[in-house]
Amino acid sequence: MNCSDFLKELTDYLDGVIDADTKAELDEHLAWCHNCYVVCNTTKMTIEIYRGSELYELPDDLRSRLRSAILQKCAEQKKPATAQPQAPKKTGA
Amino acid sequence: MDVIQTKGNEPVSEELALVRAAKGGDISAFEELVKRYDRNVFRIAQHITQNREDAEDVVQDAFLKAYGNLNQFQEQSKFYTWLVRIAVNEALMKLRRRRPERTVSLDEDVKTEEDSIPREVADWSPNPEQQYNQAELKEILSKTINGLPPSFRTVFVLRDVEGLSTEETADALNLSIPAVKSRLLRARLQLRERLTKYFKKRENGDGRK
Repeated sequence: MNCSDFLKELTDYLDGVIDADTKAELDEHLAWCHNCYVVCNTTKMTIEIYRGSELYELPDDLRSRLRSAILQKCAEQKKPATAQPQAPKKTGA
Repeated sequence: MDVIQTKGNEPVSEELALVRAAKGGDISAFEELVKRYDRNVFRIAQHITQNREDAEDVVQDAFLKAYGNLNQFQEQSKFYTWLVRIAVNEALMKLRRRRPERTVSLDEDVKTEEDSIPREVADWSPNPEQQYNQAELKEILSKTINGLPPSFRTVFVLRDVEGLSTEETADALNLSIPAVKSRLLRARLQLRERLTKYFKKRENGDGRK
C-alpha cells in the first residue's frame, strides 16, 4: 500500500466502516509512514473540532421567536394540505 | 487510532407517532418535531447560506413546507432526513438568490486531483483549539469552512457536524453514495490543510503566531 492508496481509504478508515484486512493494511502503513500518520491524525482532529465547535448555535430568544412564527403559520394552514378531503373527480358529464 | 463515532439515532417509532399525529393536524405534535430539530436546521442553513437572516428564513420556510407537505412523507426514511432535504433546498435557493452570478448546485463537483493531495503535513499541537480564545476559534473555523465550495461544505456539515450516516446524507442530498464519500474526503482534507496554518506546532512550543 502506498500513500495514495491510503488516502483513498482514509474516510472509511476514520468512520470505522472498513473490512478487517484493509484496516490491517492501513494500520501497517500508518506504523511506518509519518506523513500519513500526521494527515490521518489531523484530519480526525479537524472533524472533532468542528463537531464540538458549537458554531452557529441558535440563541434561545431567537429560537422561541422562530417557533412561535412557525406554529402560528401552521395553525393558519390548519391541517397539512393533502389531508383535506379531496374534491370529487369530475365525471366529464 | 480510534474511529469517529456518529451521533446516536433517535428511536423512530416515537417520532413516527408524532409525525402521524401532526399529519392529522395536531399542532402540538408538530411543535415537538420543531423543538427536536430547529437547532439542527438552523446550523445547516447557516453553514450553507453563510448569512444569519437567510438561515432564520430557512428555518421557518423549511418547517412550514414540511408541515404543508407532511402527507407526502412516505415514512420509509427518517423524518429528519426528509426535513434536511427540504432545508438544504431552501438554503441553496437563498444562496442562489444572493449570488446570482455564480451557479450554486450540489452537482457541482470541482474536479481537481491536487485538492486531495496533502501539501502541509506538519503535526498539530496536542490541544490546538486551546491556542485561541472562543471568539478567535469560531472566526477561524467559520472562515475556513466557508472557503469550501457549497457542495463540499454541505456534505461535511451533514456527515461530520450533524452526524448523518453516508446513506442518509446521500438520501437528503439526492447524491450517490460514492459522490458523498468523494466529497466528504476532499472536504475533510481541504479543511485539515487550511486549519494546519493555525494549529500546527510551533518550533518554540508556543502555538500562537
